[in-house]
Amino acid sequence: MSGDDFYEAPTVEQVIDLMGSRFGGDVTVRGSKARRVFLSAGRERIYEICEYIQDVLNFEHASSLTGVDWESHMQVVYHLSNYYNGVMIEINVDIPLDDLRVDSVTPIWEGANWHEREIYELFGIVFDNHPELERLLTPCDYDFFPFRKSYKLRRAE
Amino acid sequence: MTSKMWVTMGPQHPFSHGLWTLKVKIDGEVISDAIPIIGYLHRGWEKECENRTYPQIIPMADRLCYSASMTWSHVYVNTVEEALDIEVPERAQYLRVVADEICRIQSHLMWLAAMGTDLGNLTVFLWSLREREMFLDLFVKLCGQRLTTNYPRIGGVRNDMPYLFERDCMRVVELFEKRLWDIIALMDDSAIFLSRMQGVSKISRKEAANMGLTGPAMRGCGVDFDVRRDDPYEVYDLMDFEVPVHKDGDAYARYAVRIEEMFQSCEIIRQAMAGMPDGPVRVKAPRNVPEGTHFARIEDPRGEAMMHLISDGTDKPYRLKVRSPIFVNVSGAKRMVVGTRMADVPAIMGTIDMCLGETDR
Repeated sequence: MSGDDFYEAPTVEQVIDLMGSRFGGDVTVRGSKARRVFLSAGRERIYEICEYIQDVLNFEHASSLTGVDWESHMQVVYHLSNYYNGVMIEINVDIPLDDLRVDSVTPIWEGANWHEREIYELFGIVFDNHPELERLLTPCDYDFFPFRKSYKLRRAE
Repeated sequence: MTSKMWVTMGPQHPFSHGLWTLKVKIDGEVISDAIPIIGYLHRGWEKECENRTYPQIIPMADRLCYSASMTWSHVYVNTVEEALDIEVPERAQYLRVVADEICRIQSHLMWLAAMGTDLGNLTVFLWSLREREMFLDLFVKLCGQRLTTNYPRIGGVRNDMPYLFERDCMRVVELFEKRLWDIIALMDDSAIFLSRMQGVSKISRKEAANMGLTGPAMRGCGVDFDVRRDDPYEVYDLMDFEVPVHKDGDAYARYAVRIEEMFQSCEIIRQAMAGMPDGPVRVKAPRNVPEGTHFARIEDPRGEAMMHLISDGTDKPYRLKVRSPIFVNVSGAKRMVVGTRMADVPAIMGTIDMCLGETDR
């Protein structure tokens, strides 16, 4: 990432401008409000995007990763924040059902490690290059993914 | 000759404070590897929420952590209010701030009591629980329950504060500020306590940020960040308080941050009570939440608590994700204990302030 300037505490407008000029069509802005930026990104470049956000925009903290089952596709939602002005970036990454894979961001933020393991075991999304993608919460004999919408709770039927 | 072996600490071990296991690999007395194992309490909380209406989830959010029930139901209602885009009455915002800070103090006292037993100091345990009971009595007056308070509501709080609550609150805070010094003297004047805490398990600022530590564990490593100050919610931007930060990054720094936070919480309670406006405490909220994705975060006693809500226009959430501070903090357990000695593990893990209800969900 050499050649890029370093921003200690970018504002919401700066984040939107920089992401647009650096990644062009691969990142779409879904909206913004005070201290919040909502983005969507393609899964091919998500590692590169996250590296840029950490190295250049100085977002040192991966707050949370969420798996979502939209039935037509899966989604991983990244919430990234910094320690200076409370700005938080939300990135939606769509993942097609026939290829449930996305690059792991654990090499960038160690804090994303267990979030990715949780999504892996509860939704079945595989994170490439994750250091140890193993079960965390559920027993090892589960042969289903409990948080998918296709898994119904007995009472809900 | 040294022999390497794996020792399993937990799930039924006095140090573990809840059901979790820490497997440590020891080389003589020195720890060379560690694996935290969680999941004993996994009950599918997030999935369960997808089959319940929005108001039904408030008491469930209480059960995420028994000693921080107020902040967990608070972050939940904040998320739903964000989605509904409703303005909470100002008096309700002040009441939530007061309740949050009472919750923070009693949670830190619970931690201090556990810390005392971990290090063999039973007086600290008894005294902390005695002071904690005063704050639980305040909860009983405010919401009728000691632990699972069920107090915040979507659009406000359940009830206004009772008659003479402000007087009781001030009495408790004043008495507590005096008595806390007695507890501090028990810890800080004890050579045994200091030698077990100081210089143990040092974490640098960069590592803490990368590991995703939040809350007192992070501020003990020199990261100057507090959601209450830097990403304010409710009326915290009107409060004048300091965020305690220590640069040492050892177990003692994490202890010191929590102690100073209790004094700051007393200060916030005093300011919030003084500035409490008159008015309603609740507005009516619609039953269905419009389609969209929303999140809110607040400063839990243990770190950054966040909920991410995806709504589909019905009266039930489509997906509700909980970002638990301890879930992330304990993932760095290996980094914290490697290189220390077996006898230091209770002191180090005690400073994370484990709570398994929110970790496993």
